[in-house]
Amino acid sequence: MSDVIKQAIDQEYKYGFVTDIEQDTFPPGLDEGVIRAISAIKEEPEFMLEWRLKSYKQWLKMEEPTWAKVSYPEIDYQAISYYSAPKKKELNSLDEVDPELLETYTKLGIPLEEQKMLSGVAVDAVFDSVSVATTFKSELEKHGVIFCPFSEAVQNHPELIQKYLGSVVPHTDNYFAALNSAVFTDGSFVYIPKGVRCPMELSTYFRINAANTGQFERTLIIADEGSYVSYLEGCTAPMRDENQLHAAVVELVAHKDATIKYSTVQNWYPGDPKTGKGGIYNFVTKRGTCLEENSKISWTQVETGSAITWKYPSCILKGDNSVGEFYSVALTNNFQQADTGTKMVHLGKNTKSTIISKGISAGKGQQTYRGGVKILKNAHNARNYSQCDSMLIGDKCGAHTFPYIDVRNPSAQMEHEASTSSIGEDQLYYCNQRGISTEDAVSLIVNGFCKDVFKELPMEFAVEAQKLMEVSLEGAVG
Amino acid sequence: MLEIKNLHVSINNKKILKGINLAINAGELHAIMGRNGSGKSTLAHVIAGKDGYEIEGDVLFNGESLLDKSPEERALAGIFMSFQYPVVIPGVNNTYFLKAALNAKLKANDQPELDAMDFLALIKEKIKLVEMDESYLSRAVNDGFSGGEKKRNEILQLLTLEPTFAILDETDSGLDIDALKIIANGVNQYRNSERAILAITHYQRLLDYMKPDVVHAMIDGKIVKTGDMSLAHELEEKGYSFLSTKDTN
Ligand SMILES: Nc1ncnc2c1ncn2[C@@H]1O[C@H](COP(=O)(O)OP(=O)(O)O)[C@@H](O)[C@H]1O
Ligand SMILES: [Mg+2]
Repeated sequence: MSDVIKQAIDQEYKYGFVTDIEQDTFPPGLDEGVIRAISAIKEEPEFMLEWRLKSYKQWLKMEEPTWAKVSYPEIDYQAISYYSAPKKKELNSLDEVDPELLETYTKLGIPLEEQKMLSGVAVDAVFDSVSVATTFKSELEKHGVIFCPFSEAVQNHPELIQKYLGSVVPHTDNYFAALNSAVFTDGSFVYIPKGVRCPMELSTYFRINAANTGQFERTLIIADEGSYVSYLEGCTAPMRDENQLHAAVVELVAHKDATIKYSTVQNWYPGDPKTGKGGIYNFVTKRGTCLEENSKISWTQVETGSAITWKYPSCILKGDNSVGEFYSVALTNNFQQADTGTKMVHLGKNTKSTIISKGISAGKGQQTYRGGVKILKNAHNARNYSQCDSMLIGDKCGAHTFPYIDVRNPSAQMEHEASTSSIGEDQLYYCNQRGISTEDAVSLIVNGFCKDVFKELPMEFAVEAQKLMEVSLEGAVG
Repeated sequence: MLEIKNLHVSINNKKILKGINLAINAGELHAIMGRNGSGKSTLAHVIAGKDGYEIEGDVLFNGESLLDKSPEERALAGIFMSFQYPVVIPGVNNTYFLKAALNAKLKANDQPELDAMDFLALIKEKIKLVEMDESYLSRAVNDGFSGGEKKRNEILQLLTLEPTFAILDETDSGLDIDALKIIANGVNQYRNSERAILAITHYQRLLDYMKPDVVHAMIDGKIVKTGDMSLAHELEEKGYSFLSTKDTN
């Protein structure tokens, strides 16, 4: 393990390479024609095109949000290319996949074949905008689980798409969600039928590859009555000079007695450590609805990458006795900025939410936690527990906390705890005196700080998350 | 093993140590006694490599100067210090911490590292020696430990890491007689002919159990008298003043 750590620390951004694959790319620019072209390439049914156009018109009327505590140069939406795909499509087996692409996966440490078989994880890998490989389909099909690229679901299950798309994050929701709704090219779709416990963790690895191609992923997960699914999302991105926009939308729907566990380990390129140049802008809308009683949605995220993160995975607790959870570790180092948090909206009776947020700032990193808890009038006996801890490493970074609490039912029970700590010289000296290097001491302390969140992650993700923290904190302490 | 040559140390131009000379051989236990503020902990930290001191003179470990080495390098070379005030590290599991420390040492010595299972077996043996409950293993490092528990935890680390040279900085302070015996027992388990100890203390109590080879009396940054166990008894009886008056003249 510690060899791995050393290696990880010694390298620059490990995943900073660019794959040389012929791309089918639109010229930069966005207008109605581009949207029609995307829809046409994807051979979409009419309702999809209409929805896209409606979203586009909405987007034109909206303004980019400025309330978040992040700053970045203005984005030129006309300088972005809205479609890029590997030329070869519709593959039946891995043999048909471009060997160079497979090698990229190997470099990323994505075990697409036997390794996945062993670890029981099915991967729907999104390479740029078109999904090129889906594994374990048959095993999932046996259970009636649908796990496929979004575009495939549009073809094969249009009734599900029409019913659920935009039902959690409407196209009018916010600027980035509207843009995504207009131009998204692919993503993942999951449907777990009634009473089915998904037999494996589902995972998708995203990767931005083509220069200047904005990424607009769309993920929709539906857990029908009494079902269970655990979904893993992990991201890495190659080193780039231009800032790259990523505006994904994730919608989760949990029916009666259903549980969705959504875990993310996010490691987009954070930008040049010395200048902050070239990092990813990650403006994501993630939301889940606990539609009916006894449903549960749990978000766990580990955010170490991106130049800018704007992200608030949220839960709408509509069903009585439904449960929403948010476990988050966000790390900002060097010039990274993150404005992240969650929103728990309690509508049903006896609804319960838990928020555990751990923010770590190092270097010149700036981090804001924004947590909203809303208890509406009919949400009798709603409960919320929020814990928000910040850790500062060095004296040039910042942490800011904005809890918003709105309680309209007097029976609500709210608990809020917050703390700020730093890594003390004396702690590092104590570790050093025991032979533990400063770098290992920092990761020991940081991993200890994040423990409550890491333990929510599936096993292999937890290990990956710890490695990520170490790499991301490289050089954070003298 | 450890040789200190004419060591002068100051902090922010304030002189704390004023010409310390000391030689400790393998197999020996030296005690330093002295009142609060006489510079005992400063001496310990200078040997361990803490930052922030202006240092003149030299500290040699097995013939090599330590002064250019980092605390971590010194630790890996075999120097251990039981802290007068052990540091709390919230969130970091005691077992995990000790395992990281032991594996750092094993690695530095080109020995195979221990996996979680082997380490757990080892630590469960060691913890018996300091009569601590196993539940302390799963707590955060020194977090919420009483004064006595922290000291026992230091000795647990000593017994696990098995350094060649150990500094015990007031490991006996604030302990009741039972805890004192446990600590002394632990230290005696650690002792052998290849290891050496520098024990800092106010009281002869601990020394009664540990039987030092050499006892030094320290006043105001200087070692004013060196003797055997009888010096410890003398200091206990007469206090330090009989030495200090002699010294100031
Ligand atoms: N960081 C520091 N800054 C200023 N003075 C210090 C510092 N550390 C120790 N001292 C002073 O040095 C002297 C010796 O301290 P110390 O070595 O802790 O003594 P002892 O361990 O013998 O009680 C005391 O007067 C103490 O106040
Ligand atoms: Mg002291």
